[in-house]
Amino acid sequence: MSLHGRDVISIRDLSREEIESVVADARKMIPYAEGKKVMRPLEDKIVAMAFFEPSTRTRLSFESAVARLGGRSLTIADPGSTSIKKGESLNDTVRMLSAYADAIVLRHPNEGSARLAARASDKPVLNAGDGAGQHPTQTLLDLATMQEAFGTLSGLRVVLLGDLKYGRTVHSLAYALALFGAELVLSAPPTLRLPDEVRDQLEHMGAKLVEEDQLHRAIRDADILYVTRIQRERFPDESEYQKVAGSYRIDNAVLAGAKPRLIVLHPLPRAGEIAPEVDATPHAAYFRQAFLAVPVRMALLNAILGPAKGKRGG
Amino acid sequence: MVRELKITPIKNGTVIDHIGNGLALDVLRIVGVQTLDKDSTVSVALHVRSGKLGWKDILKVENMELSPRKVNAIALIAPTATISIIRDFKVQEKRTVDLPDRIVGVLRCPNLNCITNQPEPIESEFTVLRRRPVLLACAYCERQVDDFLHHLS
Repeated sequence: MSLHGRDVISIRDLSREEIESVVADARKMIPYAEGKKVMRPLEDKIVAMAFFEPSTRTRLSFESAVARLGGRSLTIADPGSTSIKKGESLNDTVRMLSAYADAIVLRHPNEGSARLAARASDKPVLNAGDGAGQHPTQTLLDLATMQEAFGTLSGLRVVLLGDLKYGRTVHSLAYALALFGAELVLSAPPTLRLPDEVRDQLEHMGAKLVEEDQLHRAIRDADILYVTRIQRERFPDESEYQKVAGSYRIDNAVLAGAKPRLIVLHPLPRAGEIAPEVDATPHAAYFRQAFLAVPVRMALLNAILGPAKGKRGG
Repeated sequence: MVRELKITPIKNGTVIDHIGNGLALDVLRIVGVQTLDKDSTVSVALHVRSGKLGWKDILKVENMELSPRKVNAIALIAPTATISIIRDFKVQEKRTVDLPDRIVGVLRCPNLNCITNQPEPIESEFTVLRRRPVLLACAYCERQVDDFLHHLS
């Protein structure tokens, strides 16, 4: 099925083939994202950036992607300056935006807000993070980084390290990796293990799951080490946060036991989980991952808003 | 032995039978006593012998028929219940409670940060992930819920 005109709210909205297609298109977008080539498939399009929660990286990479495709952005980066402050509902704000723009990129603090927006809008809605909920374009760029490093998404052995309980973007990533038959090694502090419901779903999909609390053993045969940040704001209880804060740290000593080709990914910003000394090693792929945010978002926007299938802009 | 009639028949109204043992008062909460006609009698039978269930509860409510929304709520907490509509002492209609694929406006999402718990012009909505035992997921935030009693709206 074509992505043209579609909403992207959760990674589950995309099939394995659609994910592969976005990842493959993202690779072709790299010279355009770097400004070495020019394309304008969104020349007549306006994309509304509705950011109701602070975000630098996601908003700027979406704005950059729209600009590199020749389109324009309308941005709400400070909800305090809008009618939201006067008590306007998200439903009404989205209806208004869908009248002014051809698509809406939404970041909002409440889970389910992007699904509401998609129902309220007659234009495509792209979820750029709804509270602790879904963040599908982050998953796409994680996958694009893996594809670039290994030339495939199939059969990889991926360690998911850190907050596997509250970090729901890691749930989306695990789901997508399960579609590609990855082997997932789960390494989390005891209070932050993967919830049973997520585990059951992944196993139901045929994912191979291994639990390994000892980091050196977890990474021994791994291709990818995906490190998450422990997000203080997601914890219901400060004391629970304090117990696990700083409980893992990746440095060169930890990586000494890894395969030479292992890559380390992190959605950034990091808060001490990865020592700066790792940046200089071939393992560090997190800055490349941050760069790929632009070509991946370009590929997705072009598929949704660009010329219909078979007539891609260039 | 003559069978003793513990609850008198009703002329017009609804009989909810085969309610799981101990759940009648929860079903009564869904029926909503405060919305009834002031002359209506509500009879509750707890811990009644049942061929099918072993023990069951029964509820009879005079002069009331249930809205589809209330039937859906009953289906969630008492899936074995049957509902009979009584008119002039006769059973006009008898049916089991069936859970639809989507349940709208019956439950609050247990995720307090879900957009459905904010002042938005929308109703809560859940999709049925599994029927036995029932497992639902919020159509907005995807939170799963299997404890319905505490989240009835």
